Amino acid sequence: MLNDNRIRIIIGHYGSGKTEFAVNYAMKLADKAKKVALADLDVVNPYFRSREKQDILGEKGIEVIGSSLGMKSGADLPAVSSRVLAPIQDASYDLVLDVGGDAVGARALARYYSSFKDGNYDMFCVINANRPGTQTAEGAIEHIKGIEAASRIRITGIINNTHLLRETTVDDVLRGQELAIEVSENLSIPIKYVSALEKVARQLPRDMEGQIFPINMYMREDWM
Amino acid sequence: MARILMKGNEAIGAAAIKAGCKFFFGYPITPQNELPEFMAREFGKHGGTFLQAESEVAAINMVYGAAGAGARVMTSSSSPGIALKQEGISYIAGAELPCVIVNIVRGGPGLGGIQPAQSDYYQSTRGGGNGDYRLVVYAPANLQEAVDLTMEAFEVADYYRNPVMVLGDGMIGQMMEPIEFKEPKKRELPSKDWATTGTKGKRKPNIINSLRLAPAELEKLNHKIQDKLKKIEENEVMYEMYNMEKPELVFCAYGTTSRIVKNTIELLKSEGINAGLIRPITLWPFPYKAFEEIPETAKAILTVEMSCGQMVDDVKIGISGKLPVGFYGRVGGMIPSPQEIVDKAKEMLGGVK
Repeated sequence: MLNDNRIRIIIGHYGSGKTEFAVNYAMKLADKAKKVALADLDVVNPYFRSREKQDILGEKGIEVIGSSLGMKSGADLPAVSSRVLAPIQDASYDLVLDVGGDAVGARALARYYSSFKDGNYDMFCVINANRPGTQTAEGAIEHIKGIEAASRIRITGIINNTHLLRETTVDDVLRGQELAIEVSENLSIPIKYVSALEKVARQLPRDMEGQIFPINMYMREDWM
Repeated sequence: MARILMKGNEAIGAAAIKAGCKFFFGYPITPQNELPEFMAREFGKHGGTFLQAESEVAAINMVYGAAGAGARVMTSSSSPGIALKQEGISYIAGAELPCVIVNIVRGGPGLGGIQPAQSDYYQSTRGGGNGDYRLVVYAPANLQEAVDLTMEAFEVADYYRNPVMVLGDGMIGQMMEPIEFKEPKKRELPSKDWATTGTKGKRKPNIINSLRLAPAELEKLNHKIQDKLKKIEENEVMYEMYNMEKPELVFCAYGTTSRIVKNTIELLKSEGINAGLIRPITLWPFPYKAFEEIPETAKAILTVEMSCGQMVDDVKIGISGKLPVGFYGRVGGMIPSPQEIVDKAKEMLGGVK
């Protein structure tokens, strides 16, 4: 697990759980890599952004690149810090890019596209089969094509992150897996991870395509 | 129908479509942008018309026009944007027209910030615009409720010919939750024989207007509106009583804050303190009668809000001096934590023992 190319770009339909996956991925990566950075490239969402979790990420030694004004929340401008370029170019970094939703969010990536070469990056598309818009393979593929066109970068892996928050069942994940397989076969892109809350992940069959990736809910307070 | 995961702003838009809304006029402002964005994308597929107006003032006056022509119509904005709409809202109330206004509240005053707040309580429940009128104000605490209340809002608006507001703090607009779309509950609605739909040469023109220069006539209109509001107070109050069997302390909170208070109640329980919650679902009409149902065990009331205490007056009216009323709030987009509320609750109980 986590043996992906140095730059991991997390994209997907907005609301699919990209940020939760990106934060979890960075937290796990910090256990095995020396120098991890997480860059918040989201120019779409005003709330629930990875930069809000700067404190817990920072404790793990992860460098969080968010607002150039140093704001953890509340910034209302779709601005991306110039600092993002450093870990993209500096090969001593392991980097996670948390990108905004849909093609609109992925447009922010296009500015860096010349830096992404085969073998130095992976771009993972997070899919949630319980989200309107990506409930069918057709819808999911349309999103992927839109994101690839806007970012000018090819997707290298699919992440099945099908969930209903705390109410997620094994059946949800399995239904999502059927969708992920259909998308995967259609586009010839492998399923890299199947992410689910730890209690659900424990009950998943071991022979699924893609590695099981247990996650914590960092982005959601207990009362949510 | 299986449940799907939606963001609050999208869910409110989807609920409006399901409720038969046909026109949406709006102007962008964070944190409600996903709502007009959703309508721009989806409304046309369902026979609706979406139009981005040149300002909030323009949008609310388009609502005025569409409502006058008898259409189900909605607008949405956030706090300072709603402030801009107040003139139009007062006109709509004065012309006795139905419409739904969504306010996804951000921190104030002024342009404030984009994080969640509940500091538009006065603006929503005490007018905002000029004259003697009221809005029916629904304050959902979760997204299923946001969907159900948005649908209900259209029925209530048509039933009473009065503008209705759906008030969610920014968190309700931005968070995601599983939702099921049920068939909306329908009321027996009177036909809109007052609407400006064209006379076809067969009747006198209907006139939509809020200007009444003859004092006697304006007084008559005021009395008519007041009679209607009285009926709303009698019939439309909604609230939730949570863990109210033998509470030592009673919280009063609505929207997102009520969810945090429910977690607070669990924390207090683990420390041997039994607390309950009165959760207003309609902010106007306010559920004063809920306070008459408070058991004798209660020693105090603690109001918790993301404002500087705008709901405290209503709580005091409700309890009529029978119990001390305390307040805890965070503002500016800061969200209270359950532990902060626990500390305040213990401090308050210590003081009244």
